[in-house]
Amino acid sequence: MTMPTYVGMPAFPKAARAAVADTRLRGNLAHATGTIRARRAAAVAELDDWAELRAAGKAIKDHTLAHLAHYLELLEERVTAAGGTVHWARDAAEANAIVTRLVRATGETEVVKVKSMATQETGLNEALAEAGITAHETDLAELIVQLGDDRPSHILVPAIHKNRAEIRALFRARMPSAPDDLTDDPAALAEAARRHLRAKFLSAKVAVSGANFAIADTGTVLVVESEGNGRMCLTLPDTLITVMGIEKLLPTARDLEVFLQLLPRSSTAERMNPYTSAWTGVTPGDGPQAFHLVLLDNGRTATHADPVGRQALRCIRCSACLNVCPVYARAGGHAYGSPYPGPIGAILSPQIRGIGSEVDASLPFASSLCGACYEVCPVAIDIPEVLVHLRARAPKRPAERAAMGAAGWALNSAARLAAAQALAGRGRRFARHARVPRAWTDTRDVPVPPAESFRAWWRRTRDGS
Amino acid sequence: MKIALFVTCVNDTLFPDTGKAVVALLERLGHRVAFPPAQTCCGQMHLNTGYPGEAVKLVEAFTGAFEDCDAVVAPSGSCAAMVREWHARLAARSGRERLAERAAALAPRVHELSELLVDVLGVTDVGASFPHRVAYHPTCHSLRMLKLGDKPLRLLREVRGLDLVDLPDAAECCGFGGTFALKNADVSAAMCADKVAAVKSTGAEVLCAADNSCLMHIGGALGRQRSGVRVAHLAEILASTS
Ligand code: SF4
Repeated sequence: MTMPTYVGMPAFPKAARAAVADTRLRGNLAHATGTIRARRAAAVAELDDWAELRAAGKAIKDHTLAHLAHYLELLEERVTAAGGTVHWARDAAEANAIVTRLVRATGETEVVKVKSMATQETGLNEALAEAGITAHETDLAELIVQLGDDRPSHILVPAIHKNRAEIRALFRARMPSAPDDLTDDPAALAEAARRHLRAKFLSAKVAVSGANFAIADTGTVLVVESEGNGRMCLTLPDTLITVMGIEKLLPTARDLEVFLQLLPRSSTAERMNPYTSAWTGVTPGDGPQAFHLVLLDNGRTATHADPVGRQALRCIRCSACLNVCPVYARAGGHAYGSPYPGPIGAILSPQIRGIGSEVDASLPFASSLCGACYEVCPVAIDIPEVLVHLRARAPKRPAERAAMGAAGWALNSAARLAAAQALAGRGRRFARHARVPRAWTDTRDVPVPPAESFRAWWRRTRDGS
Repeated sequence: MKIALFVTCVNDTLFPDTGKAVVALLERLGHRVAFPPAQTCCGQMHLNTGYPGEAVKLVEAFTGAFEDCDAVVAPSGSCAAMVREWHARLAARSGRERLAERAAALAPRVHELSELLVDVLGVTDVGASFPHRVAYHPTCHSLRMLKLGDKPLRLLREVRGLDLVDLPDAAECCGFGGTFALKNADVSAAMCADKVAAVKSTGAEVLCAADNSCLMHIGGALGRQRSGVRVAHLAEILASTS
């Protein structure tokens, strides 16, 4: 199976152009995000202390990030004391090498996986495949993506870009156990996936998971999910390997009171998460007897060093910001060129990967700065602020730099601005032929500059008043 | 009351009628309007395009032009939000502590037009008349940064003859976003198309907003489609006595 990678992705506007023209994608996205958006709003409106919960979520994460080294060391100590093994991975390659080595040591060639953003970020499945190990995704949407040699396009609903008919066709083509008379009824599709996955769960000896939270002072790791596939992966195999970004940490179990309210209401619009699995190291005779926790940095320490940008590390991957984003709804997730699409991807990818590639340099500009993301974010990440901050760091084309410099020069003096306005006023007859970029004129008329600016009018009629 | 007008560079250069409407409206309500001549631009375009160094120079120019004024009005939600939410923060981040203090002291005295009318002057019936069917688009920065809420609607509801219709999905961004409209022209146009469809579905003759930049974008598309819907800034409707 060939898995696509994110290397060499085009800049956002170019990738988005194709998505904007894809009528089926636009329809799927508009319908899916519109539905989930309304449900989230209703779930949040039920709580009259939502603003306080949100402030608490932000404060707990900020505190943890401010003392990150301390809490990470505490976590390592407690996980180790409970019979687990902690590994530190500086980057994606190190994390993949650790996991590959651990799987190899078991002698297995297949692993089951619970949906995990961290391992998508490191490209673990591809790395395992190179080592002759097959990873089976067990989350329904993640399975759909994997069967289609596709990329996820949403944090929570990775196959949001596919509709039922497309999924039925995919199952028929790629899932050997799918019945011949499979319909596109959601229950029938889920049943086919369930049968396909059940066989994997029962035979798998090794599981790989991500983590939603880890509790430093107890060494407990948590996964929340909706399908029960996580519960299977976390309990049935002999060996469990969890890959977790270092920012997923919480100081104490009490902090879950806040996050287990913020997360389900923001992501699936549920009051409570259907499956919440928590484990502390190894319990003899119960569940996996070998537990490895891989703590992944991969650009997070560098992100943490930026006082404005570091707030992105508060993210709990709820995907509320994607669901309200008007740009995401039209461009789709793939245009963001990373497993993190939408507003959070636009601020996270250029920070953890650096602004080096074409797509990463374009991501901070992939927003109209409408602020809908900030409004819904359960940990109050001021995404527009970080976007603007990253725009300052992004490489600029010389022509733009010159134009902005000239505009700044003209605007920095009332006299120079007045002179520029007078010039525009005199040239208004030519305005329809003026060199307004086609990006504007393709779809919109251009306003004709007035004969007289406001300040000229004021000077002519009011001066001295 | 003496009110200083920050007309904004976009209105000054492209939409002088909006500035004239603010003057006419406030004078009709018995106030005196001043136009500090040193004013230019709030710096939003530079900040949002990634040029904070240029933007902070404009923060300094703005602060110098207006810090002696008791009340400042800007007929733009976006520019008022830039001054109130960003000026002091940007100055502080640029290491300009003294400028940050001056900007922070000035910020609470800078108001978007509907804020000035409803909160400062305590008026919702401004004596206007505008016998047309109007839809109101709450621009993003008015809605989410300034949190204007229903202030513009309360003003519009008091206008004689005005038939105010609900705009579906009103809170959705129109897709302008300054240089976003050029840098991401396809997505911007797609967002605009949906806004235009929502406007047309209301049967309104006029689309009103508190920002001419967004109206230039939506109006540019309405005009291109010969839709028969025109755009008007809130100030122009409130100044109207036709
Ligand atoms: S940035 Fe905020 S809204 Fe977006 S996924 Fe992260 S926590 Fe959720």
